[in-house]
Amino acid sequence: MSNTAMVKKYRNDFLREVEEKVEEGDWVRMCMQCGVCAGSCPLGDAWEHPPQEIFMMIRAGKREEVLGSDSMWMCTSCYNCIVRCPRELPITHIMHGLANYAHRLGLAPKANPTRRFAKIFWDNIATSGRVNELKLSLGLYFMDGFGNGIKKALAMKDVGLGLLKTGRLDPMGLFKAGGIKDKSGLQKALKKAREIEDTRKGY
Amino acid sequence: MTDVVATNQTILVVGGGISGMTAAIESAECGKDVILVERNPSLGGRVSQLYRYFPKLCKPSCGQEINQRRIMAHPRVRVLTMTEVDKIEGEAGNYSVTLKTAPRYVNEKCTACGDCAEAISAEVDDPHNFNMKKHKAAYLPTNMAAPQRYVLDPSIIGTEDAEKARAACKYDAIDLDMQEESLSLNVGAVIWATGFKPYDAAKIQPYGYDRFDNVVTNMEFERMMDPFGPTGGKLLRPSDGKEAKKIAFIQCAGSRDRNHLKHCSRFCCMASLKQTTYLTEAYGDDDDASATIYYIDIRAIDRFEDFYQKVKDDKKVSFIKSKVANITQDRESKNPILHGVNTEGYHRYDDEYDLVVLAVGMDPEVKADEIGCKVAANTSGFIDAHADDAGCGIFGAGCATDALDVNRAVQNSTAASLKAIQVINKTAGAEA
Repeated sequence: MSNTAMVKKYRNDFLREVEEKVEEGDWVRMCMQCGVCAGSCPLGDAWEHPPQEIFMMIRAGKREEVLGSDSMWMCTSCYNCIVRCPRELPITHIMHGLANYAHRLGLAPKANPTRRFAKIFWDNIATSGRVNELKLSLGLYFMDGFGNGIKKALAMKDVGLGLLKTGRLDPMGLFKAGGIKDKSGLQKALKKAREIEDTRKGY
Repeated sequence: MTDVVATNQTILVVGGGISGMTAAIESAECGKDVILVERNPSLGGRVSQLYRYFPKLCKPSCGQEINQRRIMAHPRVRVLTMTEVDKIEGEAGNYSVTLKTAPRYVNEKCTACGDCAEAISAEVDDPHNFNMKKHKAAYLPTNMAAPQRYVLDPSIIGTEDAEKARAACKYDAIDLDMQEESLSLNVGAVIWATGFKPYDAAKIQPYGYDRFDNVVTNMEFERMMDPFGPTGGKLLRPSDGKEAKKIAFIQCAGSRDRNHLKHCSRFCCMASLKQTTYLTEAYGDDDDASATIYYIDIRAIDRFEDFYQKVKDDKKVSFIKSKVANITQDRESKNPILHGVNTEGYHRYDDEYDLVVLAVGMDPEVKADEIGCKVAANTSGFIDAHADDAGCGIFGAGCATDALDVNRAVQNSTAASLKAIQVINKTAGAEA
């Protein structure tokens, strides 16, 4: 292996990349590997790599393993880790930052349900400025194909009828336009925000 | 106590623990007049609450006795117990100080015979044992108390018990009419050695110190080993009085945590390593006895490394690299259960123990910015010895300046003593 290749191998580009491009990523080097975040996570069992391990993997330059992992998508934003972290790392925000970064690079696991829900939710709310609950839940039911959607809808039918009876679900929501008044203003604002973020992070 | 005479060539030492005693002796033995004030009824401070010292595992009472004898015998040291600094004003070479002395209700005729305690029935919490036991309201603060003189708790003054105590005294030593006294004096320099208090473990919410009986602090654990302590020298669980054999130690309980103490308290790693040896002392080769230390990293610095290696070789002791996330309690057995993730391999654990010892860190007993007179505080509230103190004649000593073990506190106090002596010499030179 030539010298430059060795240098490249051991140069920790990924930590620098995370610091520059991931929301709150510049906190990662502050982690002292005590393990309180991992131990405090109520869903910790479901994570392949707890936050503490993710931070260590970032430092070790394991780019593909980290960005392709579904671990940070497991975060439910309970904030237990942030409250307890002895170094006050905004761990929840870093997890969401990593997830968002992986998604934008197209490296996030395609089948991860949290990622898909987040995408459906964003498209739903960004269109009209309000969440259309009926469209959102139907979108979720049918995201794995028509047959699956029918199955899920039938399984949830009692809940749905209950919501309908108590006036919590508007069946006409599917056809109503709804939303905020100045929709094009919202679109413009979102577009501008994205532009600013892209320039800042260098996408 | 009106006979206390001080001049601007006197050094006032505030706090009669190991640091204050050291500074007082060093200054007096260099020929300076010293007034040593202590808030408690006896000298000794936190060290008198310890069972053994690390790394030699000798008993603190030994060195303490030598220090107390040197102080009590030295003509240049005046000791004022139950006395606090009320106000302090001035500058290097010229401080006016107001002291407040609480009534002891026992005068110097006391022979510490104990008849007053025999005579009464009222009991009060014993702070020397962290209120884990009670003692009579007429008491000797510790067996090693200096001065060896009883104290009457103010709560019994005006009751029948107070009269009983007075009647029982053969030496006319009990004076129920004693009042709080105020004393103003002039001193040239001040050595501030008010020491530390253990960090309030109840503030570390996930560890449940305030909710679970069998979670204790490292200082309480020290008292449990003392034959005169709350458990008579046995390691008994507070919940049911059974012997605690499977014991966990949690390091950095409060220390190195921006939610609690920002600093590393430095002594707690060695304290826990030392306390694992108490298990051998209590249970010998009993295979059921075990100590597990949960740590972020063990900070047994320089020559203490040997001690760490020795403890590592003890098959009773194991180490888990992890800061415990939280503690729960088994309802039936009242066993604490530790939850967390082991950094070495990222394995989750739920470990049950008989007793958990929190290695709590040090908080300054008096916050440095409350002292006044240009004394600077560091970010943890200790006296900042590195601040620009030109013109300031108040010198921090021992744990008032930082979280220190006894060895470093004594070194630090000797340094403070030298600084104070320099101020006095300058004052004396200017006047000559």
